[in-house]
Amino acid sequence: MYGQMLLPLLISVSLAGTLLSIVTKRWERICRVAPFIAALAASVVGLALALEVLLGGGEPSFTIPTAVPALGHFAFVVDRLSAFFVLTISSVALCVCIYSIGYTREYAGRYSPATMGLLFNVFLLSLFLVVTASNAVLFLIMWETMSLSSYLLVTYENRDREKVSAGLLYFVMTHLGTAFISVAFIIMWLYTPGEHSFDFAAFRELGAGGLLPGAMRDLAFVILLIGFGTKAGLVPLHVWLPQAHPAAPSNVSAMMSGIMVKTAVYMLVRCYFDFLEVTDSWWGLVVLLVASISALMGVLYALMEDDIKRSLAYSTVENVGIIFIGLGAAMVFQSYYYADPLTNAHLADLAALALIAVLFHTLAHSLFKGLLFMGAGSVIYATHTRDMEKMGGLAKRMRWTGILFFIGALSVSAIPPFSGFVGEWLMFQSLLLTQNINDPMVNVLLPVAVAVLALTGALAAACFVRIFGAVFLARPRSKHAAEAKEVPRTMLAGMGIAAGASVLMGVLSVFIIPVIDGVTSSVLGVSISSKLVNGLVLLPSTGEFSSMSPLVIGALLLFAIPLAFLATRRLGGRHTVEQGDTWDCGTPLNSRTEYSATGFSNPINRIFRSIYRPHTEVRTEYASSTLVKRKITFSTNIEPVFERYLYAPVATFVVALARRVGIIQKGSIQAYLAYIFVILLVLLVVFR
Amino acid sequence: MILELAQFLLVLAIAPLVTGIIRKVKARMQSRRGPSIFQPYRDLRKLMSKGSVVSHDASWLFNITPYVCIASVAVAALLVPVMYASTFGFIGDLIVLIYMLAMMRFFMALSALDTGSAFGGMGSSREMYISSVVEPTMLLSIFAMALVAGTTSLASIAKLIASSGLDLVSPALFLAAAAFFIATLAENARLPFDNPSTHLELTMIHEAMLLEYSGKQLALMEMASMTKLVIFLAILSNVFFPWGIATEATPLAVMVGLLVFIVKIVLLALVIALIESSISKMRLFRLPNLLTSAFILSLLAVISYYILGVS
Repeated sequence: MYGQMLLPLLISVSLAGTLLSIVTKRWERICRVAPFIAALAASVVGLALALEVLLGGGEPSFTIPTAVPALGHFAFVVDRLSAFFVLTISSVALCVCIYSIGYTREYAGRYSPATMGLLFNVFLLSLFLVVTASNAVLFLIMWETMSLSSYLLVTYENRDREKVSAGLLYFVMTHLGTAFISVAFIIMWLYTPGEHSFDFAAFRELGAGGLLPGAMRDLAFVILLIGFGTKAGLVPLHVWLPQAHPAAPSNVSAMMSGIMVKTAVYMLVRCYFDFLEVTDSWWGLVVLLVASISALMGVLYALMEDDIKRSLAYSTVENVGIIFIGLGAAMVFQSYYYADPLTNAHLADLAALALIAVLFHTLAHSLFKGLLFMGAGSVIYATHTRDMEKMGGLAKRMRWTGILFFIGALSVSAIPPFSGFVGEWLMFQSLLLTQNINDPMVNVLLPVAVAVLALTGALAAACFVRIFGAVFLARPRSKHAAEAKEVPRTMLAGMGIAAGASVLMGVLSVFIIPVIDGVTSSVLGVSISSKLVNGLVLLPSTGEFSSMSPLVIGALLLFAIPLAFLATRRLGGRHTVEQGDTWDCGTPLNSRTEYSATGFSNPINRIFRSIYRPHTEVRTEYASSTLVKRKITFSTNIEPVFERYLYAPVATFVVALARRVGIIQKGSIQAYLAYIFVILLVLLVVFR
Repeated sequence: MILELAQFLLVLAIAPLVTGIIRKVKARMQSRRGPSIFQPYRDLRKLMSKGSVVSHDASWLFNITPYVCIASVAVAALLVPVMYASTFGFIGDLIVLIYMLAMMRFFMALSALDTGSAFGGMGSSREMYISSVVEPTMLLSIFAMALVAGTTSLASIAKLIASSGLDLVSPALFLAAAAFFIATLAENARLPFDNPSTHLELTMIHEAMLLEYSGKQLALMEMASMTKLVIFLAILSNVFFPWGIATEATPLAVMVGLLVFIVKIVLLALVIALIESSISKMRLFRLPNLLTSAFILSLLAVISYYILGVS
């Protein structure tokens, strides 16, 4: 019941946080901490709100009065789907806020903590409000607030040219996306019954009543996919993501990669399943195709990056692809279910399974990607570089950061029983179960999606072996890395909570999935948790298709590892461990004889040459004669395919067009007045 | 319950023996007498009685990897049917099995990087490169079987195919088996992907990853790799050609199942030894050609199921 109070409380605590950062501006030390304490409190309230709705029920709402009745009711409503995303946001934000208290020391004396505190609180509040807004106009206002505050956070280090231009790219792309979203909302608004309304309640009647004509529905589907795909980072709309996420301060990167991209998932689920109703199977297949390409491209580019944060950002592109693979599968199932609800009743269950996989992986990815970005932030905090080739040996120097980052790496590489694995397992199951659909197109395309998912999984593992190996293992490759020290405790605590949550989410998934089932059943109207979860075991389909128990796997491993340890000590006498040198073939080893990150991924670079189009250059400088070499420089880089072949032509075209249009810019006031007069006449004639 | 446990112990117990048999056959083909087929047991015992030398560049990861590897392989071994078509299947299906083995690979590749040796890095890099191309093949080929049997649980696939006689024999089965066999060679560091007996620095992959391990730690890593090979052979013989496996827990059926399993495993070991004696290692960058053909086979297996199977 107190859920009704929590939403206003959340908003006021967040606003208090913004005020606090302005008030405490003069005292830098307080200003670094106070706004994050407020944001922490807001996250705790958010967590309570989400749990209240998910476990208890009810739909708390909060209405703000509006002056313009035509725009509808400006209300925030927390239904189950919203609550799930509130949960995602608040659990990641909770960790990030604690982390930020230590992390902002990085900027002490260089950039204003008040700006950071203010923008962070606005950003967090807008995230909460985006997933709860229940009116299209209100949603767009919140969406813009979210985009702008995150843009300002990306360019927080505003004396760094590179970061400012990354921010600009983000600014342009996100507004492109918003434009598409607005058009989609206007299309829906045009067909709302009775008096046109922007309320989501009215949008909901569109699908249920079949009010949208076919062509308009298809148009809305495509426009929404482009609009939200931009925010989610679907290939080829992803170009801003690997630029902007790394440019932001690491606590903000964690929020952007962990949560912000998921708001797009939220709204697509809402629009497709709630507003439009998925009745055409090609929608799902299009989503599957785009998602598969995203997942594969994302991980392939992640493997080539030397910049740790950029590599993680590409990994976000990959994981969003995986989430959308599940979304596509859910849409395919749902459309076949609608085609013939009586004979295909079981397909509704499968749609629910795929959507559970989507939401599970969404939450799991939020937590472990948040963790990984915080870990990357810690490493950068300690070494002052983002270049992995200059790190190394940090596992010994930053023990706890290393362990926590490792947990994140295990989760993202889908190693059982961590959370990433459970998500991917559910994904695999839902794809495999498409055999229940009797359509050759689906039957041939889906195995390809399975193969892509498997390839992506294996490449992701390679990618994180590379990252963890280059950053934390072996010998330090630079002076900074050799002198690195462990980060402050608050940072470790933030990461620790995220790591703990990632482990528990995987191991205890049998208890979490029924809660998620409550969410999907509110969207699809079908509850499958009674079939899906049996004791400690997950059984994804009717009949004995398959089963898995992450809890038992975890318990077995927890039992087997110490057992192996003890047995080794027992068998064959005492275990003596000597320290020695690494085998060096007689040549003393140093940091330059280690395998570099670039070298590690070179074989993959070679087999995927047609995608990467690598460009290698070896330059030799000679001293006096061609027999004496002074210096050999080797450089290699891969071609930015999307930027060069997709975005560059468009940008050139737009600039050329602007030049053409520029002809009418005479610079004289009379000419402009004449334009206005002509336009006015035309309008009067047209809209008489 | 007891039978399932016995199967698990059997996998662990015969792991060194299978490797011993392959080595013996190879030696015979090269006109050598070769060590006894029980030599791997003696090697393990000897290694267990020795101390380890650990590089001072290594971190905690290097020290825990042997235990994690053996534990993950053990959990994987729980899921494989051997002579009786039932396992602790509720723990996980074939996807879990493949990802448990991925866990072992993940740790092994990291530990290879941990000592900062160029060989370790080389092994680690190549292992991850090969595995990323093999994994889709492996999953798709078992998925083809899952489609045929309508389940992803390994034991249920074995049971269904074994008990339905020749009804379920289809092109998908043979295509998938061929694909999985190539994947087995690649995953277990056999020729033509990797030479298990090489110590030539520039060509080794698996051995390069273990280079820095010694004593008890090496024993665990070796044991894990040997067990992994048996797991793959068991899948090959019991998922693709499960005939003979006990579908009921009667003593006679189990005895027959055990005998048939031993025959199958020895046959497979012979085939591997034969392949290893007759071809040479392929160049590293020629491997994708072979692996892609294996992938196409597995994809064809799945597609052929839909084209020919469903009616």
